[in-house]
Amino acid sequence: MSHSIRIIARLDIKGPNLVKGLQLEGNRVLGTAQQYSEIYYHEGADELIYQDVVASLYGRSSLKEIVQKTSETTAIPLTVAGGIRTIEDVTDLLRAGADKVAINTAAVSNPRILTEAARVFGSQCIVASIETYRQKDGGYEVWTDYGREVSDLETIEWGKRVEELGAGEILLTSINNEGMGNGFDLELVEAVSSSVSIPVISCGGAGKLEHFKEVVTKGKADAVAAASIFHYHYCQPVNQPNMSYSSPDLRMGAHIDSGNIEFLNEGYGGTADLMVDSCSIGSVKEYLNENGVETRII
Amino acid sequence: MSMVTIVDYGVGNLFNIQKAFKSIGAGSTISNDPEEIAGSSKLVLPGVGSFEAGMTALKESGTDEVVKDFAASGRPLMGICLGMQLMLSTSEENGKWAGLDLIEGKVVRFTESKDTQENYKIPQIGWNSISKPTGMEIDWNNTVLKSLDPTDTSYLYFIHSYYVAPADEQSVIAETTYGQDTFCSVVMKDNLVGCQFHPERSGKVGLQILEAFIGA
Repeated sequence: MSHSIRIIARLDIKGPNLVKGLQLEGNRVLGTAQQYSEIYYHEGADELIYQDVVASLYGRSSLKEIVQKTSETTAIPLTVAGGIRTIEDVTDLLRAGADKVAINTAAVSNPRILTEAARVFGSQCIVASIETYRQKDGGYEVWTDYGREVSDLETIEWGKRVEELGAGEILLTSINNEGMGNGFDLELVEAVSSSVSIPVISCGGAGKLEHFKEVVTKGKADAVAAASIFHYHYCQPVNQPNMSYSSPDLRMGAHIDSGNIEFLNEGYGGTADLMVDSCSIGSVKEYLNENGVETRII
Repeated sequence: MSMVTIVDYGVGNLFNIQKAFKSIGAGSTISNDPEEIAGSSKLVLPGVGSFEAGMTALKESGTDEVVKDFAASGRPLMGICLGMQLMLSTSEENGKWAGLDLIEGKVVRFTESKDTQENYKIPQIGWNSISKPTGMEIDWNNTVLKSLDPTDTSYLYFIHSYYVAPADEQSVIAETTYGQDTFCSVVMKDNLVGCQFHPERSGKVGLQILEAFIGA
């Protein structure tokens, strides 16, 4: 291996808030995206993904402001996803400071958007986001609108198609595994990664260190994105009001008045409720390097 | 007069380069105005996307000749990613295209991974290390790479399918290996320098490279 595997922090965002749910549902507010993005930058994240969780639902992306701020405080690539429908949307986000945009819903309803955007901005800028749901029979359906709507597309075929259409990369999210911490869907990742010649970012399922290794060695992922496992390293739910934060300045509940902040204020469930063995990005990278997967250590 | 001018010829994300300069305390201007470009003390030629689109945009905006004149003036010029590639003579991307010809050589595509043992994708998207070309006597101290320790591994952010192959091997001051290819990741010829990676998106190491360019 002559190049490193990217370890990416994925931040699902609603308004200014970092949120996290399970299987793209039940999002709870953890803090502000801005603050977490800075932590991840300084801890060696290779890239950030901002996913606006309600953008497709409301038909607009509200991330411009926060993208702008982030691009001033971090110097790593930023991919923005959620609600991107037009060339103007792409232009706006790139001008705000995004390096890449990821498109799911709009690409499913109008595949030509990928071709058009790649022509205008270059393929390297255009990521096809694929959210997929594994059926009981093992088939994979493509879903849209942040896991709200099912399409009639089949995932492996759609993966090949988005490459032909001009996407330069695929962000592949397993809805079944997302937030669950029980590992990536290796079969899915391997199937998509082997059938395209563009890089595939695997997302959904990281719960412990070994998961990162196996999705690279067995799943052939070119990059790995994770959320809960990193977020909960800095804010842990406890069985009492207020979560336990690794640093007092991360206690942002007072500033946050929108979204589901119960989790933030009540800490219900305690750490037993966590489905991941939370850890820092740095420790994931060290583990991978010790186990034969090259990563960038800062 | 702004110290650094970032050439705006209609392609690419120029704003992050400006933000990166700002973060190291350097003012910069984004401009397509020939007079402003000609009058600046340092020039950055950015760019993402295809070689053809980049070259066409440079010509249509009339900035191609201005950049050439600036290069001939001896003042520091840095090409980034596609901007670096445009400095070469020709490109093989989608046919054969003429570049600015500031540095003799061509732009070629990565060798496909088909029929090989190694699994790698094109484009290369991600962090890769740069090192001194093997068997070459180069002192990074007099280059934009002066803050990097050549004995240590420094990772930088790459996103590309093509790379430059300068005719003069002496101008290759850093190289990188991806898949089956070892390619020129930093080219330097007199006042001209080109980086295949994005220093503005390569964390602290990248910012140090921009700092060295500002100090040059």
